[in-house]
Amino acid sequence: MKPQLADPDQTSSSQMSAGAELALRSVTHSYGDLATLAAVDLRVDPGGVVGLVGPSGCGKSTLLELVCGLREPSGGTIAVGGNTAAMERLARCAFMPQRDLLLPWYSAIDNAAIALRNQGLRRAAARAAAKDLFERFGLGGFEAARPSELSGGMRQRVAFLRTLIAGKPVLALDEPFAALDAITRAEMQEWLAAALQADPRTVVLVTHDVEEALYLCDRVAVLSNRPARIVAELGVPVRRAEDRDAAVTDPAFVRAREEALRALHQGSRGS
Amino acid sequence: MDGMDPKGTTRLRRVLLPGLLLALLIGAWQVAASTGAIADALNLEDFLVPSPAEIASSVWENRELLAENAWVTLREIVLGILCAVAVGTAFAILMHRWRVLQDAAYPLIVASQTIPIVVIAPILVVWFGYGIIPKILIVALICFFPITVAVLDGLRSVDSEAVKMMRSLDASRWQRFWRVEAPAALPNLFTGAKIAVVVAPIGAVFAEWAGSSSGLGHLIQSDTANFEVARQFATVAVLAAMALALMALTTLAERRVVRWR
Repeated sequence: MKPQLADPDQTSSSQMSAGAELALRSVTHSYGDLATLAAVDLRVDPGGVVGLVGPSGCGKSTLLELVCGLREPSGGTIAVGGNTAAMERLARCAFMPQRDLLLPWYSAIDNAAIALRNQGLRRAAARAAAKDLFERFGLGGFEAARPSELSGGMRQRVAFLRTLIAGKPVLALDEPFAALDAITRAEMQEWLAAALQADPRTVVLVTHDVEEALYLCDRVAVLSNRPARIVAELGVPVRRAEDRDAAVTDPAFVRAREEALRALHQGSRGS
Repeated sequence: MDGMDPKGTTRLRRVLLPGLLLALLIGAWQVAASTGAIADALNLEDFLVPSPAEIASSVWENRELLAENAWVTLREIVLGILCAVAVGTAFAILMHRWRVLQDAAYPLIVASQTIPIVVIAPILVVWFGYGIIPKILIVALICFFPITVAVLDGLRSVDSEAVKMMRSLDASRWQRFWRVEAPAALPNLFTGAKIAVVVAPIGAVFAEWAGSSSGLGHLIQSDTANFEVARQFATVAVLAAMALALMALTTLAERRVVRWR
């Protein structure tokens, strides 16, 4: 199931929002007395793909919501494309929740195009704009399908497309493939890698799968236990390849995975 | 049942078995009534225990009278339910939107259910007279609770992650309501409406008993005084048929509107 992606050069200019810079400075957050984040510093270049890994419940999802402007930090600043106000962040980030959360009362294409509808486009225009991407992302022919008629992998693709179509420079993905079986997950990782190559954005990917992070991202930040801080930042030695199997068995990749797991282990013990 | 698909078989069973049981019960009643067994056992005159056949012929003989009065009661029921749907839905939305209102009003709404609403029918007759208004009010009051609670439940059932997703995808509060919350609550509205359809005839009949000059409830009341037992049963049968028809209509509407289920 290889994604049918067009050559990046052919991508329409409206889809080429190559990303915005992301800068977190000493960001802290707490729910009442419960401190979730302790001084997180992170910088992502425009078009960069950063992975956030860490023990479960360490505040990865909270961090993602903070970046997206869905929450305000208790301290520190978060700048998306130089803007720190929550409304500005909200306008520049598209959030993809853990579960696909496709709306069962809409067809697949209406789900994918919901951001365009929210932005004021009429139904027909929104569908027309999404149609092209449906074909390109291997969903052609399923435009009118109900979400319940799609497989798990396809639902996740529609959910990702919905995030992409919003046209925002930053994508915030919260464990997008956690609910999928291993084979579908590997396929979806390849698919996402190709999709991001065709349409680069700044991406923050939360995952608890170190291999997924290393394969999809160019940098991986390892978070500690709550209150979370970044205990290690690893550059990824292997370029995202078309062939996932080749990438993950590369010796440099294997070494990076060992290193990341070690950091993760220390982080979950250390705090 | 060889060669039949299992789904068809269950569907047939679902219609056939209750139908058979109903036929059996009516048959037994027919025998017991026409032989005078029930009347003897209760020590009554035969005409006080009509058989199903006599009731059926009473429906036919009184068809004009029954239709006239059924129309009166049907109007009370339908208008009452529509009022309850409109006010109940609006109130549920307001309570969902303003948490303060919900915290203040919800306990009172639940507590108000301890009042048997039908007993305030005479008060409403005093206030609004013998016309259709107090009947609509009683039906609406009885139906308000199930509809409000069901719709509020539906609105509250919306996944908070879905709301975040929609906010992030540029949805205004209004768009979030129409595209996520309202469709999510729609099946609940129908659940509430189905309960309303069941309780509404009770409200209408009691309201008519409190004071009216027409309607099926009124007819039952005046026939009680004249020992017109066959026609009383006939009236009950018409009332039941009306409620069943309303239930079927609501279910049909639900299937057309809530297609994603």
